[in-house]
Amino acid sequence: MEKNKYKNLVNKHTPKENVIYNGLIAFTIGGLMGVLGQALIDIYMYIFNISTSDAAMLMIVTLVFLGCFFTCLGFFDKLVHFARCGLIIPITGFAHAMMSATLEYRKEGLVTGIGANMFKLAGSVIIFGVVSSYLFGLLRLIIMGG
Amino acid sequence: MTFKYNNVYINETSTITGPYESKGPLSKYFDKSYEDLYFNTKTWELAEVKLIEESVDILLNKIGKTKFDVDVMVSGDLLNQIAATNYAASSLKIPLIGVYSACATSVLGLIIASNMVEAKQVKNAITSTSSHNNTAEKQFRYPVEYGGPKRKTTTFTSTGGASAYLSSDKKGIRVESATLGTVVDLGVTDVYHMGAVMAPAAAKTIYDHLKDTKREIGYYDLILTGDLGIYGKDILKDYIQTEYNLELKNYDDCGTMIYDVTSQPVYAGASGPACAPLVTYSYVFEQMKKNNLKRVLLVATGALMNPTMINNKSSIPSIAHAISLEVE
Repeated sequence: MEKNKYKNLVNKHTPKENVIYNGLIAFTIGGLMGVLGQALIDIYMYIFNISTSDAAMLMIVTLVFLGCFFTCLGFFDKLVHFARCGLIIPITGFAHAMMSATLEYRKEGLVTGIGANMFKLAGSVIIFGVVSSYLFGLLRLIIMGG
Repeated sequence: MTFKYNNVYINETSTITGPYESKGPLSKYFDKSYEDLYFNTKTWELAEVKLIEESVDILLNKIGKTKFDVDVMVSGDLLNQIAATNYAASSLKIPLIGVYSACATSVLGLIIASNMVEAKQVKNAITSTSSHNNTAEKQFRYPVEYGGPKRKTTTFTSTGGASAYLSSDKKGIRVESATLGTVVDLGVTDVYHMGAVMAPAAAKTIYDHLKDTKREIGYYDLILTGDLGIYGKDILKDYIQTEYNLELKNYDDCGTMIYDVTSQPVYAGASGPACAPLVTYSYVFEQMKKNNLKRVLLVATGALMNPTMINNKSSIPSIAHAISLEVE
């Protein structure tokens, strides 16, 4: 059988992923994460009497901590599995990817295990995050003049 | 290539599993199950070593022999450099043939051992296979605690160790013939759809076996594939009909039998080298001993996946080995 013909046969028996349902879940939970983030910023601004950017940094630290902590407790993977991109795209996804790799390789030593593998999944997030922010900064400079 | 055997029997088998398998529908047929995936060891890799060691221990106890009575052990697993096999053999001290054929390893082991017993090169042989969900996830996919969503066609690596004792003593299950598989590659690149990768290899081996032995497909009471999963099963039935004009009737797949695919979180079903022997050595042999099944063709299917080759955009080759098992 030719490869193309086989591909069609496989497609006939492959179930479709429920894109609309998954999208709705991710949209709702991602939105709620946004609300949570904003609430944290407002609370930190109110309590510590600090600027929005300082409060935003505290919010990020809080969410990263919670993402890591819940991953260690062993139930966050189930939440991520349910919420999909609703928890993967926000900063919690980064924390989760980093922490899960750390837990996985801790038995292989501090340097050869954790050090070498901690960013196994999250490393590309950092690389492409930095590169894309640089590109967007450049675009902004060209279009808006700074 | 098909071998005929006149004097080879699987006298005894042993099975040992992890927690997911013991919650499945075949739990009462296994010799031993652990509730925790570490099996009282420090790492998952050592846990997998223990699966092989302990399945051999249980087997030797059942037949009342010591490891010094065994001439050869043919064993393999999924870990890089078949580590579980090598480390287990290091403590067992039985002369070793280490084999790799991904999830078709169990039947490849049986074929090599059967050939040696038939040729009277050895008096007896043990074959072993293991797989561990967490070591496989770690090596081939993502960290275990990472919860990124998986597609419906993903299979779940079974945790278990299975061993068989073969000799020319006329008791247990007779090994009647076996067909070595040919590597097939129909261009599938999707690592989350192993059923689609392996179905053509299974079809080819079944066809070759029937052609070499001049048998009709109805000769077998049960044709059993290794780990195609629920979607792979449908693909095989359709493909074998279109390509070889064969209708699979008395057919099932070990990957869909070991778990309750509707209620357990296993997606399309089980996979892993241990999947086929866990189901065959426990439930299927029990049915054969009760004479509910007389002739079974076990077709273990293996996706010969290498992560580097996949990242280099190559497709995944696959292989399937078949062994014909009978009771008189």
